[in-house]
Parts: sequence; C-alpha cells; structure tokens
Amino acid sequence: MLSKKEKELIADIWESLTPVAEDIGADALLRMFASYPGTKTYFSHLDISPRSAHLLSHGKKIVLAIAEGAQDIGQLTVTLAPLQTLHAYQLRIDPTNFKLFSHCMLVALACHMGEDFTPVAHAAMDKYLSAFAAVLSEKYR
Amino acid sequence: MVQWTDFERATIQDIFSKMDYETVGPAALSRCLVVYPWTQRYFGNFGNLYNAAAIMGNPLVAKHGQTILYSLERGVKNMDNLKDTYAKLSVLHSEKLRVDPDNFKLLTDCLTIVVAAQMGKTFTGEVQAALQKFLAVVVSALGRQYH
Repeated sequence: MLSKKEKELIADIWESLTPVAEDIGADALLRMFASYPGTKTYFSHLDISPRSAHLLSHGKKIVLAIAEGAQDIGQLTVTLAPLQTLHAYQLRIDPTNFKLFSHCMLVALACHMGEDFTPVAHAAMDKYLSAFAAVLSEKYR
Repeated sequence: MVQWTDFERATIQDIFSKMDYETVGPAALSRCLVVYPWTQRYFGNFGNLYNAAAIMGNPLVAKHGQTILYSLERGVKNMDNLKDTYAKLSVLHSEKLRVDPDNFKLLTDCLTIVVAAQMGKTFTGEVQAALQKFLAVVVSALGRQYH
C-alpha cells in the first residue's frame, strides 16, 4: 500500500530521472544481465553490449514507461493497458524476471542517487515497482 | 563446492577491506527493518521501531547491524568453506531464533543497496554480481542446518 506521501516522493524521483532515462535504464539492464544471465535469453534479437544503441534505447523505453506510471499511480491499470497486452501475448516474459529487473533498478538508483536513496525512498520505490510488475502481468492468464 | 573466479575473490576482498563496518552494518539492518517491516517480528525486544527515524536511530539495531557485518567478515576470510563457517550460526537461527530463512535474502539485498549507494559508479554490474554471489552462498550456508 502506498501512502500519499510515498506516491508524491515516487513521482518526484522519476520526474527528476527522465533526463537520464537512457543511462538509468541501460544501467539496470546491464546489471540484470550480469547477475542473472538467464535474462539475456529474451534479448537474442538485440545488441545488448554496454553503450550499444539497442541497450540505450531499450533502457530509455522502460524508464519512461515507469516514469509515466509514477505520475498517476492510482491509474496504473489504465496507463499500462497496452504494455499489459504486449507482455502477455507477444513478449511473454516470465514474471519472475520482473523481480530481478526491479532489484537491479533499485541498485541502479542507489548508485545514481547515493545518500539520497534513503530507506524511506527505497521502501516506496520497491513497493511501486512491485505494483508495476503485478499490473504488467495481469493479462498473462 | 563453490568455485570463485579470481575477479570474484579480489572483488569481495576489496569491498570488505574498504568497508566501514560501523556504518554499513547498522545502515543495512535498519534499512531492512524499514523496507521490509515484517522483519521487525524478530526484534521485539529492541525497543522503539515505530517509524523509520526511530529505527535508524535505535542503538540496539545499530549494534546488531555491526555484529552481522563482523560475522560476514568471517565468511570473507573463509570463502572456500562457508558451509562450515556458518554451521553454528545456522543452528542458532533455526533452533533458537526461529528466523524464516527467506529473510536472509531481504537483509543481503539491503546490504547490496547500501554498498551500491556508497560505491556509486564503481559498483559496476560485474562487481554487483560478485557481491550477490558471495552473499547468496552465505545465505545458503545459513539455511543449511534448518530441518
């Protein structure tokens, strides 16, 4: 459950990260590939080497979607409807991977924000990313 | 037995040799209690854990955080025999403390985040993978004596 304060905090953080969406997104993906090599199997059609154009553009896409959701968390199911369909019927990424990616996103945020990634911000972000992942997998079955 | 690459050994030694146990330990444990509040169930006699500020300022939490980190140091010094290193602690957590072993991962995830925040850019994906592997083996050793 996200409190009003937490929703505001999350919206603020993601808004401040939109200018560096590419870097944060690519960083999180690279971390996931390094720690959880099985996740690379979903990207055999892309060049996912560090700083590759594919990696940067894909990272940017993901972060912008997360940032968009953060602007109105109450409406996540509406905002994510097209992505729900995409993940359920086309990408069919096993949802356990969403947890792995979320963890790596938290690490990327910690590296980027240092001390500003306080325990309270961490808690709020973890809750938001869990909710995001849950909504994303809603149409799977 | 776990196989460590030269990179992994060097990375783990490096991270822990540079670490300030007095701040990282408390930071990791208190973060765990804030981010995953149900873990507070094991700390009923630690006093005030009512909110994030209370947890972060709680001296018993701080002291226990340090204890945990000094225990991790033993693992860093015995990377080739983590199972035996943590056998006694595993029994303690299972028989006496009755801690659900799933909680160990929550704590190590928070430790990873604390280290990441401190190391910033130098905490690369490869360094993260090495630290997570080490912590995962420690967690596994701690869960081994449960039955």
